[in-house]
Amino acid sequence: MSASPLPATGPDVRPARLEPAQYAQHFADAAPRLSRTQALVEAERCLYCHDAPCATACPTGIDVPSFIRRIAEDNLRGAAKAILEANPLGGTCARVCPTEELCEQVCVRTTQQGKPVEIGRLQRYAVDAVMDRPIGTLFPRAAATGQRVAVVGAGPAGLACAVGLARRGHEVVVHDARAKGGGLNEYGLATYKMADDFAQRELDWLLGIGGITLRSGWRLTEATQLDALRAEYDAVFLAIGLAGTHTLAVAGADLKGVRDAVDFIAELRQAPDKGAIPVGRRVVVVGGGMTAVDAAVQSKLLGAETVHMVYRRGPEQMGASAAERDWAQTHGVTLHHWLAPDAVLGHEGHAVAVRFTRQALVDGRLQSTGQHETLAADQVLLAIGQQLDSGLLAGTGLALQGGRIVAEGDGRTAVPGLFAGGDCRLGGRDLTVEAVEDGKRAAAAIHAHLAAKAAAQPTA
Amino acid sequence: MADLTNHFAGIRSPNPFWLASAPPTDKAYNVHRAFEAGWGGVVWKTLGEDGPPVVNVSGPRYGALLTPDRKLLGFNNIELITDRPLAVNLAEMREVKRMWPDRALIASIMVPCTEAAWKAILPMVEDTGVDGIELNFGCPHGMSERGMGAAVGQVPEYIEMVTAWCKQYSKLPVIVKLTPNITDIRKPAAAAKRGGADAVSLINTINSIMGVDPATLTMSPATAGMGSHGGYCGPAVKPIALNMVAEIGRSPETAGIPISGIGGVGSWRDALDYLALGAGNVQVCTAAMVYGFKIVQEMADGLSNYMDEMGFKTTADFQGRALPTVTDWQFLNLNATVKAQIAQDKCIQCGRCHIACEDTSHQAITATKDGQRWFEVKEEECVGCNLCVTVCPVPECITLRPLAPGELDRRTQQPVSAQPLNWTAHPNNPMRQAAEPA
Repeated sequence: MSASPLPATGPDVRPARLEPAQYAQHFADAAPRLSRTQALVEAERCLYCHDAPCATACPTGIDVPSFIRRIAEDNLRGAAKAILEANPLGGTCARVCPTEELCEQVCVRTTQQGKPVEIGRLQRYAVDAVMDRPIGTLFPRAAATGQRVAVVGAGPAGLACAVGLARRGHEVVVHDARAKGGGLNEYGLATYKMADDFAQRELDWLLGIGGITLRSGWRLTEATQLDALRAEYDAVFLAIGLAGTHTLAVAGADLKGVRDAVDFIAELRQAPDKGAIPVGRRVVVVGGGMTAVDAAVQSKLLGAETVHMVYRRGPEQMGASAAERDWAQTHGVTLHHWLAPDAVLGHEGHAVAVRFTRQALVDGRLQSTGQHETLAADQVLLAIGQQLDSGLLAGTGLALQGGRIVAEGDGRTAVPGLFAGGDCRLGGRDLTVEAVEDGKRAAAAIHAHLAAKAAAQPTA
Repeated sequence: MADLTNHFAGIRSPNPFWLASAPPTDKAYNVHRAFEAGWGGVVWKTLGEDGPPVVNVSGPRYGALLTPDRKLLGFNNIELITDRPLAVNLAEMREVKRMWPDRALIASIMVPCTEAAWKAILPMVEDTGVDGIELNFGCPHGMSERGMGAAVGQVPEYIEMVTAWCKQYSKLPVIVKLTPNITDIRKPAAAAKRGGADAVSLINTINSIMGVDPATLTMSPATAGMGSHGGYCGPAVKPIALNMVAEIGRSPETAGIPISGIGGVGSWRDALDYLALGAGNVQVCTAAMVYGFKIVQEMADGLSNYMDEMGFKTTADFQGRALPTVTDWQFLNLNATVKAQIAQDKCIQCGRCHIACEDTSHQAITATKDGQRWFEVKEEECVGCNLCVTVCPVPECITLRPLAPGELDRRTQQPVSAQPLNWTAHPNNPMRQAAEPA
């Protein structure tokens, strides 16, 4: 508790709103690992479909019927191998994939019984089971090639690429600006999704394959660094994500009490004591994506009395899936649609409310109706999208479009030897699983590139 | 309201559901509870000859084949006959019969294959007031190594001999319980009939090993690291038992002998199968061992409701009705033609029908149409084998449509003949019989 109590009418943003014991409960694993009994019964629901729609729907193409059948046969090693072969970050994806919009959406059991096979939870059951043994027992490395690759960004794309290259015998150095690797897995997801330090456990397990060095605290700030990497390494993979956030260009956006939801989530993830994170009594979250949901729900879990999540368009356009929206609502978050922020209202330099303008679609375009609504807020969290710092890529020869790097599906860019993937690459829905697929495909493409290079320079 | 009263080989019981001679019927305590729950009859756990009782293992007696959610499909046991003194069993049987005069109480007996042994025990059993005796010629484990149980049931001459002794030394109805561990069930059944048996009951359990412990690579279940084959029963064995029941019913030598159907009866539907194929009643063990005695109430209620809906007053109204529909393959009408059809409004697009047919049958189901998932029968390839119906997870989604006489079979490009034609007269059969003059 702060030393001086805030005036009853003034902004109320403070830590320790709950009893200490409540935090562990609130931030516990949202969907704990299935028991063996649960997994076997759920696995039995899988029909082992021919040309299974779930596998087709998975961006990494996991052979879902195979891994579920292996679970049913108590072959968890085989199940995990089937998953991780297609998706080395299968553990994270099992936790954070919007399965209701991917594999589970097309599960035929939904058609038949109104309820899909719980593919995500089964995937976690299998992957968690093998993480107590070294990754090398599943995926031994090929003989060393002597070739070296620099990966920039230790998020899902970078790690998937690094693992793919290490398996093929290459040496990889993964560069990352943060103190810890993992990228958004470590800094960008709600705590209850990645309970028990899962991002680091998965990272450590993956690095156990060998041949990968994590160079943390290495920040890409100018194009010359990239030139240096290209000179030093046989290939470079850019998986730098979208490190910048959009700013809210309205009056009052710089008031105290207004902060970036991404920072809020990251700070909360890193805090050993969740009670130390200040949260408003009344919180307004601006945005409609998963970041907005993670910020809104966690505000509520920190003890906020009211949390409003406000999106300028309708539910169909929201980045957050229906399941995410349900999750927010069952945790006491109030969702609002068709409201765009107009101004943050302040009192003595601190935000006290957000004024919104009601929106409507006119001829397919979002337009203000002129009506206003104001929501009282002690704290305003902005989750209005992230962006690439395209300035630092100027002069690298990379083509940029819509603020992202133009690259082939396998990561090849306009610059030979320079590959890109993950959220920083143009295309896709900014899903973790898509980033993993980018990294996986880039590893194959880089391997081919290195092989060609070695063939051209046999004495290298 | 249907009347479930059962008359079997001169034994009357309030319903056709008897508990088989097995662990659930080992002592008065259980049997009282069974009768309280509503069982129509009980076959008491098999009695041995007077003297020191048999000794059971103190390790696992049972093993099971389970579904992933641990529903029991098959069950295996190595328990021997009663391990309590004969006098105790006889005294309890007398007491139980006195308390439950309307229920059927049957004594199951297994003594060495000598006339003296049978002559000695039969009067003692009859004196308890039981309604009949069942000769245990079926248990395939343990006792068979000592020349009893299945060791007798596998030798028709022994069956006939012992049955005759029992008819000679007892006036009680004699039911001969048959082992399925033989080549042709009609032989022991005929032997029982020749010996004078009033009825047969079948099947006893099937020789079985449940499996191997993958960690120790020892047979499982095991006693001190060693296992012994057990007797298999439960839902999985019902089709085997039904065939044997029908074989006895169809055989001229044994047709008409009362049959107590045993093997995998857990519901009224199972009982119906047996009764419709000619059994006079059914005996149950595994279902009771899984769910307790109350299960009889669901079986009796289900059968009663079925009979009401079908307009049957008693089980005699439908007993054996399906038996004439069982025949030899050679008499099946080879001109009758069916084609699978898929109800597209029920199809969930799992594709199991396609892959089963594509990989293992006749390549008669599509996987796509215009680039989209689409499962449809190609009648020009379909032989009506029923595999797709079997693997489809949706009831009634795939059905077999009989082709009308005259309708073109797109596979053979021939119209379906209205005239039945079986193998005995088929032109492809080199041994065919001359067709009857028209």
